Amino acid sequence: MTAGGEGRGDTPAAPAGEQRGRARRDRPRRSFSDRYAHYVFLAPWFAGLFLITLGPLLASLYLSFTKYNLLNAPEWTGLENYRRMFGDPRFYHALKVTFIYVGVSVPLQLALALALAVVLDRGIGGLAVYRSVYYLPSLLGTSVAVAVLWRQMFGADGLVNGLLGHLGLHNLPGWISDPRFALGSLIALNVWTFGAPMVIFLAGLRQIPGTYYEAAALDGAGRIRRFTRITLPLLSPVVFFNLVLQLIHAFQSFTQAFIVSGGEGGPADSTLFYTLYIYQKGFGSFDMGYAAALAWVLVLIVAVLTAINFIASKFWVFYGDE
Amino acid sequence: MRSATARRPRSRPRRPRLLVHAALILFGIVMLYPLIWMLVGSFKHTSDIFSHPDLFAKSYTAKNYPAGWNANGISFGRYIVNSLIVVTGAIAGNLLACSAAAYAFARLEFRLKKMWFALMLGTIMLPIHVVIVPQYILFSKLGWLNTYLPLIVPKLLATDAFFVFLMVQFIRSLPRDLDEAARIDGCGHFRIFFRIILPLSLPALATTAIFTFIWTWNDFFHQLVFLTDPKMYTVPVALRTFVDSTSQTPWGPVFAMSIVSLAPVFGFFLAGQRYLVRGIATTGLK
Repeated sequence: MTAGGEGRGDTPAAPAGEQRGRARRDRPRRSFSDRYAHYVFLAPWFAGLFLITLGPLLASLYLSFTKYNLLNAPEWTGLENYRRMFGDPRFYHALKVTFIYVGVSVPLQLALALALAVVLDRGIGGLAVYRSVYYLPSLLGTSVAVAVLWRQMFGADGLVNGLLGHLGLHNLPGWISDPRFALGSLIALNVWTFGAPMVIFLAGLRQIPGTYYEAAALDGAGRIRRFTRITLPLLSPVVFFNLVLQLIHAFQSFTQAFIVSGGEGGPADSTLFYTLYIYQKGFGSFDMGYAAALAWVLVLIVAVLTAINFIASKFWVFYGDE
Repeated sequence: MRSATARRPRSRPRRPRLLVHAALILFGIVMLYPLIWMLVGSFKHTSDIFSHPDLFAKSYTAKNYPAGWNANGISFGRYIVNSLIVVTGAIAGNLLACSAAAYAFARLEFRLKKMWFALMLGTIMLPIHVVIVPQYILFSKLGWLNTYLPLIVPKLLATDAFFVFLMVQFIRSLPRDLDEAARIDGCGHFRIFFRIILPLSLPALATTAIFTFIWTWNDFFHQLVFLTDPKMYTVPVALRTFVDSTSQTPWGPVFAMSIVSLAPVFGFFLAGQRYLVRGIATTGLK
């Protein structure tokens, strides 16, 4: 989104500036409203940026170098919190769990989204209905109600084991109470919400001119060739957009793990998402300094991954104007 | 729909197309099965919910709804009212503050505009977890914990940058001639904003309102952190206490209240599909 957004943002601004410049020459004095209007329109946003976003961001950076339990004044401890992380097995574990979750669920989710978008875009009819049905889970997926449902479904007496029982499989584990499978149930939940990226893929597929396919068909290109040579390259900016967005979303997942694991992080910490660990440290044991340090590491991870994504995108994302 | 049909080579014979529909319908049923099963389950006796993957039971009951409604000693209606207060405030805040900021970014010229715009986009990616600790401290110093102010005031300050971005994109698509004409007629920016841009931005405002509703209604993290008094609980926080209170979850009432909590989202989904799809296609909101 950033790539597309900024690109679009730059172009219309320039001619607009010229126009405004000319208008200014015609009318020697800019009105009061012209000179100060943007302060008024942006006042709430500026206040929010500094008080709710940037201020707290800097404050959390400061707190990450302190020991702070809300009751006593923050006590400067330098890099102690970060040093503590290196010796904290739960920190490594939370990182591992989160990386597995993101690394498995996001590719699966995007693959499913792309596959269905391509099928639906063929003009088979009923697009609006299918799109709605597949999209609905995206809206509900982060709700507590669905997390509660998941907790029942993947429990020992849950829906999944009931269905498998019909197939003759019995004495199955309670998936969410077994450290080997608990994370899998949360991955399934994230994959289930593939509708949102699917809708974005569908919008992207609409932008590909049909003439390309007609020409390729005339040249005798089969369906697979058309997909790999036309659809994928032309859709790559959208794939990139979805990838960046879903990665960021997935890294920040919290509700699902919190509800499914009862706030504990599951059996043997098997669903201890990184965000859940931050919450436990910050609001469970009021270890605010350490929580802030953990959060900053998350920011760095997300920033580095996004940057890697942008750099790597030069090699596989194809923009039409290049 | 029609354009898609027209521009694709019609090489597919009729029978495989039926197969595709069958596969798509089957897949849709598999996807929605858990939700439908929960809906039916909310009318089953709790003992029937266990290990019964079938949609249908021998007998049904409506008792789960009153049981869940009054389970906590505080009526579930109270939680719904609490959630509605938060959601209403959030919608009002986002509509006003985000559209105003978007107007400035889309139509006004000022120093460092590109930098501020880039910063605005950057805040979309910022994990909320990094600002939550200082926000918590700030709101606790202000005495705002256990009130809805921490959930509403940030929206009045346009902190949901997604919607600023969405509306910037939308306002840019409106013809500038309209503003210019209004300016020649002597309108200032405030009149242009309220009389021209806002009325024309109705689709973007609707998208913002619907997404704000769904996100805020579903938001668990902030409500969990800022609300600790059960009387102030919103729907998601209350729902969570249902499953955590006892080791033996009363699934019937829990399912009933889960359905109650999903119903408004589903309603908005049905009513606002057009806007939802457009919103997500242009900005990737979820």
